Amino acid sequence: MIRGFRALGRLWAGLLVAALWLAFGASASAGSTITIGVFPDLDSVIKKVIPEFNKVYPDIEVKLQVLGYGDHHNALLTALATGSGAPDVVAVEIGFLGRFALEGGLTDLSKPPFNAGQYRNLFVPYAWGQANTADGRIVAMPTDTGPGTMFYRRDVLQAAGLDINGVATWDDLVALGRKVTRDTSGDGKPDVFLIAAASTIADAMYRGDIPEGEGVYFDVKGRPVVDGPRFVKAFTTAQQVRRAGLDARIGAWSNEWYEAFKRGTVAVELSGAWLAGHLQNWMAPDTAGKWGARNLPENMFVSWGGSFYAIPEQSKNKADAWKLVQFLTTRRDIQLLAFKTTNAFPALLAALDDPMFDEPMPFLGGQKARRMWADVARTVRVTVIHPGDPVASEIVGSALAQVLDEGKDVKQALTEARQLIERRVRR
Amino acid sequence: MKTVRRPGSEAGGLSAQGSGPAGYPAPAAPPRAAAGPAPRAGRGRVSWSRWQRRAAPYLFISPFFVLFAIFGLYPIAFSFYLSFHSWNAVGGLGTMTRVGLENYTFLLSDPWFWKSLWNTVVLLAISGLPQHVIAIPLAFILNSGLVRLRNLFSSSYFMPYITSTVAVSMIFTTIYGTQYGALNAALVWLEQHAGFGWLFDALKLELPVNWLGRAAYIKPAIAMLVVWRWFGWNTVLYLAGLQTIPRELYEAAMVDGAGIYQQFRWITVPLLKPIIFFAVTLTIIGNMQLFDEPYILTGGTGGTSEAGLTVALYLYRTGFEWLYMGSAAAMSWVLFLVIGIMSAVNFRLIGRGGLQRREG
Repeated sequence: MIRGFRALGRLWAGLLVAALWLAFGASASAGSTITIGVFPDLDSVIKKVIPEFNKVYPDIEVKLQVLGYGDHHNALLTALATGSGAPDVVAVEIGFLGRFALEGGLTDLSKPPFNAGQYRNLFVPYAWGQANTADGRIVAMPTDTGPGTMFYRRDVLQAAGLDINGVATWDDLVALGRKVTRDTSGDGKPDVFLIAAASTIADAMYRGDIPEGEGVYFDVKGRPVVDGPRFVKAFTTAQQVRRAGLDARIGAWSNEWYEAFKRGTVAVELSGAWLAGHLQNWMAPDTAGKWGARNLPENMFVSWGGSFYAIPEQSKNKADAWKLVQFLTTRRDIQLLAFKTTNAFPALLAALDDPMFDEPMPFLGGQKARRMWADVARTVRVTVIHPGDPVASEIVGSALAQVLDEGKDVKQALTEARQLIERRVRR
Repeated sequence: MKTVRRPGSEAGGLSAQGSGPAGYPAPAAPPRAAAGPAPRAGRGRVSWSRWQRRAAPYLFISPFFVLFAIFGLYPIAFSFYLSFHSWNAVGGLGTMTRVGLENYTFLLSDPWFWKSLWNTVVLLAISGLPQHVIAIPLAFILNSGLVRLRNLFSSSYFMPYITSTVAVSMIFTTIYGTQYGALNAALVWLEQHAGFGWLFDALKLELPVNWLGRAAYIKPAIAMLVVWRWFGWNTVLYLAGLQTIPRELYEAAMVDGAGIYQQFRWITVPLLKPIIFFAVTLTIIGNMQLFDEPYILTGGTGGTSEAGLTVALYLYRTGFEWLYMGSAAAMSWVLFLVIGIMSAVNFRLIGRGGLQRREG
């Protein structure tokens, strides 16, 4: 399109300029190659998207580089550190975005010729906010998000004679947990629990209800806020759950976790909406129809995860890379294709209006959960990412484990956590 | 990240022997002998051949030195340089700023660093010692001729060593599971059906044990894996060492009426000292750099209260997850120093005596 206009203008302007343009055009039509580096499951999306992309841009050959989740980000870090070897387009998961958003690594897309700021209103606000740094750069374009939700086992709650709709507050959830956690086999030890890990509850609570403009761990001025009331309440609730023995003390992404889902020994799990896809595809496919989803207690809107596409500063072909990034993130049909392929929840607002969102989901017992999640995605407040997020997340996680597993005092644990973060981040 | 493991350290030790002072003179000697007739002939072709003869050995041996310079020496020198800088790796090499000793002073006042050093030393003790306490008697029994199919046994003890650490650690994660783990299932069975309830009561062990969730159990859990994985390696080392002890000594001892224990105590252990020194040194170097096992078992975090956070794991997290590259480099040098000191102490305690005995 743009090239077309330019061609027209130059033809009018004169033969010499037109010849110059032809020279450029000729070199472009000789074809260029760009690489895109992603981690699974994004590769399944890209494989489907490349043919579509080539229908529009037949001259740009896209090469796909797939590495495991951790390896992908490590390889990207190495490439940025050494100044060479990064693909032209890279996928970055939200947990890593803060790190790579430090000065220098990723191209600032807010500047010409990208002017990514023009797309501001196309995206779910919080996802857009996550890609913006405090100093006004746009380091990536959002592609998928993880609206937070509460999954529950219909059969388990029914067997205990409980109704999830009675849960309005976090205290209600704890009360429900006291009833659902019980010994069904008669060996004196509980075999059904409220939730896999009490820490998940704390995690959801301190991620929710963040004041506008603040980050999860840092305030507007970059000071850690981890000993504030938001964290105290989250930690205290998780502590109650642990003390009452309502959680199975199972860490996420372990075999035990999958086993608990297969056997139905945990009644609820809090996570991003993407968990439904994992459960359905490989974790517990036999439990189809037994699950339900609803919003978190106290209508807390939380985001868990999310992926972005960025252009490393070292890319030699930023113009074509930008075409691919735009194609992947701003086109409704491509976002929907990604959603159908891997359940990657679109970050593009226009995609959230698709009729697909009103389809009942058989895995969730015919619930139209996608509409609910789309509303969550729209409602999550904009938070600010901070380069210290990974360290802070680590230190807070450690403090939480000490409270839950070692019985440490909440206030003391959080004060120490704040001091540790301050020490680290000041450097 | 693959840290330098014991096989690596061993390779380093061997290559140092091969190419160090011992290996050098041999290839260098022939050119010197051949240099005799060369000065007499003044023609270029001869001097070319002379040059060729002198240079060829160096040329042939150079690949090792070139590779070592690129992949060994340069990173070592760079990490030393890096340890005096603050570097935001994402921004490329240009973002390096000199900070002097700040990385070191930060490290020495960092509670997590001291915790990780303590964890590493504790793990060295509780996972290193049992390896040798199991391996020496085991090698002795295998060597005594009382056991048939000696090779089968020694190779099966060696098996854990050659399996992938990651695979092993993942299987152990499953074994250590709280609700459905095999270890807890066995313990619960012992408690409820085999009448061992009193034992668990006495130990105040509440079943099921949250092996990887409670700080108190993380180190023993890691140690069990490390012992399982490495005792076979030590057994094979000791078996090799035992075979250098002359049979006559045992025969003479038997004639004097010494039993198996006395033979073990007064012949095997003293004469095995050089091998013990070697094996313990490898254990110190390897266990001080323990990484894979705690990484997988604690989900890459170091576990509750950082109970499983070893120095190598903390180093990795500081550098590659939090991007404090300078701190991480400084940490690696402090770790190097600690390993050096421990090896020196080990040499004073076991090594010197052992080597002297061998000379005499």
